[in-house]
Amino acid sequence: MKILNHKTSIDFMSRRNAALTFSVVMIVISIISLSTRGLNFGLDFTGGTLIEVGYPSAPDTTEVRAQLAAAGFDSLVQTFGAATDIVVRIPPSDTEENSAELSTRVLAALSQGVEGEIEMRRVEFVGPQVGDELAEQGILAVIYAMVGAFLYIMFRFQWRFSVGAVAALIHDVTISMGILSLARIEFDLTVVAAILAVVGYSLNDTIVVFDRIRENFPRYRKRQPVEVVNTSINETLSRTLMTSGTTLLVLFALFFVGGEIIHGFAFTLIVGIVVGTYSSIYVASAALLLLGVSKSDLIQVEKEGATIDARP
Amino acid sequence: MNQYSIWKYLLILIIVAVGVVYALPNFYGEDPALQITSSRGFELPADVTTNIDDALLVEKISFSSREQQGNRLLYRFKNTEDQIKAADVVKKALGDQYTVALNLAHATPEALRAIGGKPMTLGLDLQGGVHFLMQVDMDTARSQQLDRYVDDIRAVLRDNGIRYVSVRHEGNGLLAMLRSAEDRDRTMNLLRTDQSLQGLNVTELPPGESFGISATVQEKQLLELQQTALKQNITTLRNRVNELGVAEPIIQQQGADRVVVQLPGVQDTVEAKKIIGATATLEYRAVDEGNDAFTASQTGRIPPESRLYTDNNGNPILLKKRLIVSGDQLIGASASFDQQTGQPSVSVTLDGVGSKRMLDFTRENVGNRMAVVYIEQKPNGSKIEDVISVAVVREPFGKRFQTTGLGSIHEASQLSLLLRAGALAAPMEIVEERTVGPSLGADNVAQGFKAVVIGFILVLVFMAVYYKIFGLVSNLALFVNLVLLVALLSMLGATLTMPGIAGIVLTIGMAVDANVLIFERIREELRNGNTPQASIRAGYEKAFSTIADANITTLIAAFVLFLFGTGPVKGFAITLSLGILTSMFTAIMGTRAVINLIYGGKKRVRKLAI
Repeated sequence: MKILNHKTSIDFMSRRNAALTFSVVMIVISIISLSTRGLNFGLDFTGGTLIEVGYPSAPDTTEVRAQLAAAGFDSLVQTFGAATDIVVRIPPSDTEENSAELSTRVLAALSQGVEGEIEMRRVEFVGPQVGDELAEQGILAVIYAMVGAFLYIMFRFQWRFSVGAVAALIHDVTISMGILSLARIEFDLTVVAAILAVVGYSLNDTIVVFDRIRENFPRYRKRQPVEVVNTSINETLSRTLMTSGTTLLVLFALFFVGGEIIHGFAFTLIVGIVVGTYSSIYVASAALLLLGVSKSDLIQVEKEGATIDARP
Repeated sequence: MNQYSIWKYLLILIIVAVGVVYALPNFYGEDPALQITSSRGFELPADVTTNIDDALLVEKISFSSREQQGNRLLYRFKNTEDQIKAADVVKKALGDQYTVALNLAHATPEALRAIGGKPMTLGLDLQGGVHFLMQVDMDTARSQQLDRYVDDIRAVLRDNGIRYVSVRHEGNGLLAMLRSAEDRDRTMNLLRTDQSLQGLNVTELPPGESFGISATVQEKQLLELQQTALKQNITTLRNRVNELGVAEPIIQQQGADRVVVQLPGVQDTVEAKKIIGATATLEYRAVDEGNDAFTASQTGRIPPESRLYTDNNGNPILLKKRLIVSGDQLIGASASFDQQTGQPSVSVTLDGVGSKRMLDFTRENVGNRMAVVYIEQKPNGSKIEDVISVAVVREPFGKRFQTTGLGSIHEASQLSLLLRAGALAAPMEIVEERTVGPSLGADNVAQGFKAVVIGFILVLVFMAVYYKIFGLVSNLALFVNLVLLVALLSMLGATLTMPGIAGIVLTIGMAVDANVLIFERIREELRNGNTPQASIRAGYEKAFSTIADANITTLIAAFVLFLFGTGPVKGFAITLSLGILTSMFTAIMGTRAVINLIYGGKKRVRKLAI
């Protein structure tokens, strides 16, 4: 079975200006959303207390909220996954009360007027200072990952490729976060992990295309850089779609059956992989052309090309 | 011809076999078991097992095996009924010196355990339990430290006959006010040279009504104090957690001033927090020999310089209010036998200041008694004060001394442990808490497992349809990859968390990538008119550098994740990195070996099923 015909020859690069416009628009929307709506930061970052409880039968969240308000809690009540599961969020308070007592009191308040027993499924308490550090660590991690990738690509390819790959990375991370902001997905630690996985995936995808470009420059000496890039993208296209496809299959499995806890993670990766696949074609490669890549840039890897040419 | 040498096939077979063996422990269930530890964390005496065995024999409860792991003893039972019955019997037989906890022990067979086989540890999000992140309050620790310097400076000035106006701690420094310029100069000199006052930077204040000196503690000294405080806190926490009878607690330093405490399986956070959050200190006090404690307790007339305590036998005892030495001046304590009398004893080592004070006190008090008071501050505000030992001072001593007159070596080790770790060096505060109930943990396991299986099957079907024989070969490689990944995670003792499962799932998706790259190359070579054999060889060779570059960049990202991440994010990074490594092996070497077996031997291959 084959998805694509023997040889595709789609002229991707002729549409690179349109793609550039699209990317710029997406990035602008993302930045606007991030700066106005912001991210829906989860407990890991805001601090506070979260209590998940299971009811014997589906409760009315408005009633639960009223019940808690009567007990003196300023809380946010939502169902979580199943209708019988609710999550109560209590913002961090200045009063010196420890979380164990707080959760016990909340449970006591919730139990009133409920037939049967309600079950404590999860309690999370995060002090405010922890959240700030996590945000800082997350940002640092992304930056260091980019620096690491930049240096490695410079060593294996050439600086224009490094710039292209990092441009694609920034593009992917910005748009993924923008979509998270638009969709109000809760931004917690697992989502940070997902963003970093997107960084890894996007790099992986970009490198595969770059690798082909590196190989093709010496092979098609007479062609223009635009043509070489086009050919390379076409040659790797079925692989790109295949890998994205299988990874997406697995992610959809995670998204639909993996449970509520992993939802944000799966969603972020799905978005990231779609954006990453697009960017390895349009952003990374278009950036190469924009930076004026030519075959003379790859003189240091000429040797490798020569051996490939020599093979029958 | 495409053929691997024998050693390559052997290597692959050996790796796969080792992988299967180490992945196996994950498929055995768990045995109901009893875990027995000493309540105060000291070593288990040799006769404990005989006691337990006898008690169980009398009640006709049989156990399937018994093993000792360091300071804990594990008894496995055939069913939970026996386990619960045995718990009561053992508790009665051993008394409250020991903690008997119900526990589930991995049912990995002896043979596998002997070669270090163990199942993956499930994270708290999968098996339920409590996670605390505690922050040591370094400001208070510093301030306590400065207070101690104030005491020490006063002592030094007294010893040298210098009369002072005041010595106090102000902000982050110390301030000493003296009566004359001469006194000030002498004091300056003492502050710089005295053995008990190390690590001070001393400056002279401009002359005013009195002659002042300001001093600050050197940063290096403060850092050292912080480190010691943190270490002492960790030891204390570890001993307290032992009281809870948790099977595999994790207590680790995180960063400069934090401690992580993870208690798998514990549900009662209130209880856990009560035990962990208690703060305790130790004090050495002189016994008031001039007044009778019994009369004082009966009449209620307590001498002003003393306080009334109750000793460990329940008798009243009067102790002087003036403190000799407090627990944080104690460097070490260990249980041993007295060399002369052969009695069990505890030898204690004090720090410089403590030893000087102890020497001063004991010189004047030979023949008098000295008591050790253990003070525990409960989170609810109540306070426990126990006199844990009263001993007669035989001769003057300072830095090192022995406490004798203890009933048994158990008592000695119990006391040494209390001395060593009874006190939190600095107050701690819980900055993060995560509790997962057992039902949520079970749900997470079930859902995670389902997602892995479904995702895995989808990929298998897709690959088989798309690449035919080659797809099936890559499916085999994918399966072996999963086995190797599980084996590696088990061998490393990694903790499997929900994000870890996500990492495995993602690895499956990405492991396919290497094979896709290779197979697409082979197809390309075939299209270019090359022979099947040449296409296979060229496909693998050309795809290799692409796979290597792509995977190394992903590894860089995963490595960064590992460095910066905490807890669950770290787990994700570990599974992702290991997954990349195992997939390189299975997708390149593994599939090549099988493809070579299928096609490599044949002289003429007309068509490849790809």
